[in-house]
Amino acid sequence: MSVSKWAADFLSQLSTDITVAEIDIPSITLWQIESHAWQRFAELALQQNLRWAAGWAEQVQNRFLINACFEKQGEYFLLRTIIDDSSPELTSQATVYPAANRSERHTQDMFGIKFVGHPDNRRWTRHQAWTENSYPLRKDFPVQGTPVGITAPDMHYPFIKSHGAGVYEIPVGPVHAGIIEPGHFRFQAVGELILNLEERLGYVHKGIEKIAEGRTPESLAKLAGRVSGDTTVGHCWAACMAMEQAAGLEIPPRAALIRGILAERERIANHMGDIGAICNDVAFVFAQMQFTRLRELWLRTNAMVFGHRLLMDRIVPGGVACDLSEASCALIKKEIAELRTELADVILALDLNTSLEDRLYTAGFLSEQTAAAFGTVGYVGRASGQDFDVRRDAPYAPYDRVTVKVALENQGDIASRVWVRYKEIRTALRLIEEFIDQLVAGELRSEWQMPAAGSEGLGIVEGWRGEIISHIRFDADNKIVRFYPRDPSQLNWPALEKLVLNNIVPDFPVCNKSLSGSYSGNDL
Amino acid sequence: MLKILKKILTTGVVTERFSMRSHVARGNEDELEQLGIEIKRHIDKQFSGSIAVRQVDAGSCNGCELEIHALNNPFYDIERFGVHFVASPRHADVLLVTGPVSRHMQTALLRTYEATPNPKWVVAAGDCAACGGEFGESYASCGAVSNVIPVDAVIPGCPPTPLALMKGLLGLMGVKK
Ligand code: SF4
Repeated sequence: MSVSKWAADFLSQLSTDITVAEIDIPSITLWQIESHAWQRFAELALQQNLRWAAGWAEQVQNRFLINACFEKQGEYFLLRTIIDDSSPELTSQATVYPAANRSERHTQDMFGIKFVGHPDNRRWTRHQAWTENSYPLRKDFPVQGTPVGITAPDMHYPFIKSHGAGVYEIPVGPVHAGIIEPGHFRFQAVGELILNLEERLGYVHKGIEKIAEGRTPESLAKLAGRVSGDTTVGHCWAACMAMEQAAGLEIPPRAALIRGILAERERIANHMGDIGAICNDVAFVFAQMQFTRLRELWLRTNAMVFGHRLLMDRIVPGGVACDLSEASCALIKKEIAELRTELADVILALDLNTSLEDRLYTAGFLSEQTAAAFGTVGYVGRASGQDFDVRRDAPYAPYDRVTVKVALENQGDIASRVWVRYKEIRTALRLIEEFIDQLVAGELRSEWQMPAAGSEGLGIVEGWRGEIISHIRFDADNKIVRFYPRDPSQLNWPALEKLVLNNIVPDFPVCNKSLSGSYSGNDL
Repeated sequence: MLKILKKILTTGVVTERFSMRSHVARGNEDELEQLGIEIKRHIDKQFSGSIAVRQVDAGSCNGCELEIHALNNPFYDIERFGVHFVASPRHADVLLVTGPVSRHMQTALLRTYEATPNPKWVVAAGDCAACGGEFGESYASCGAVSNVIPVDAVIPGCPPTPLALMKGLLGLMGVKK
């Protein structure tokens, strides 16, 4: 593929230092480098302000492929190096890009690849379900593992300690007080003030990457739709996009437009639910009741029009499994008009509320620098000045035929994240209308073509939490050999550890909700 | 200030009216109402008026949680039938468990079960909790909740709708005569 000006410049600058092989695979720019230059590449990339977006490994016979995905100005490329399994070692990119930190720890736990110089090489995804010297994503590791009796709790994880007069520790989770996913938070506090927070996730690790192996495209799409249930459309779309790339398949225009409508409906449903929940966390129940009511109406329309409240399994390899009748289009448009009026009322009440103002402004502050350093994406990034949205900056069908207005704030507090999300609801409503207006008659699904063995694809979409990256490689016989989904939460969770600092412990729930990370999408 | 209050008050009133109307318009009010009354009848008889439910996510994808949340929205408002969600297993009559049980959550689930006072009931909500669902059993997943703790009732669905959840809870009452 042809590269843009910055990429060409960057490549020529690299060439004095690093040998880069440009490999042509359809729809992805792939740069392959020697393993010893792995970290050096990251240093040069950072100098050029490239964003580190994802990292994962693959095993191919007795070699490991290590991949990293970078982005600049909406242009993505895949960086790859190959190492031998006799010495699975590589310099760490996490020393340069904090965003790569947990990703490398995940690769370390799952593949047994050592990242030399990693600033924090404690285990991450591994608790006690498998032993230290076995690695679930290696081909010789059986999918059933070798569980003996009850899996022990992960008692001796070396948390960071702090000492001093009046410092105390609060362990929270994995089972939380509300109806919420499990995870552990370790606080150090003085009085009410949070000195430090450490997240310990991995409790809902379900072996998604491993059980993806050997699946057919249909079956993989179902699994992808359950990486994170609230993002079923987003993940399913990214995975299908990756599979379609590998198969060299174009989806019909009507299917693309319906995918767009589904994705925007998912965005609106989640934003409404979360804005209500954020208000509820500061005891403003009025908003919670309003937003859960509006969300419920919205989900009922989903059930009526698309056949599923959360829109699971509506996107399938090659297209979509649902259609929109004229009557449904009219219904959706009417619903949108009603929702706009309702939202205007509720938001006005929120905006004028002094108690919300008191609790949400300046709380949970994330600076632009920290947001950039962690590669924060989605509304968390956009509330802290990170002006990026895949739909606008690397548009895919159907977003390539509309203008996506991206909401941006730079205050970085909880209120900013709420406002960004409110504006995103408004944009999404308009997008749905535009997609409906552009709906063309035609097929809903292209006929599947079996991809060649070894072919791969990289699906990148803007889910409601932000950029989702999904990598897929096929084996022979239409079977998946590798699936790696990078949920936006993987980049956003570390930001929570920073944005709670100097807030009071009782404000943690609202800080957490304002980020709204997925545990399942993180733990895989 | 007056303006704000007025706004909130008027919007608040709109809620009630709107929710009732949309209810009828979307046609499951009768079923919901009936279900609720059934549930309430059983709860009155067997649990002296109310049951306390502790929800435990033992490894779900979070889809089930979203629908359990919905039980508390103004449409279903399950509390009016005597079902309320509590923050600690020590206060609970019923554990509502979702997800395949991830191995990393196995001990946590067992401990939550032990912390729940007797008599107690376990409801496995969602296909994953019922049979392992899309995730099944693996090195990372114990599969169905019944592989880890005794289960009294199962609510299928991926995820079960709020109505299915209500029916499931009612089913539990039927079992525990
Ligand atoms: S039953 Fe479905 S929605 Fe519930 S946890 Fe399993 S996959 Fe998610």
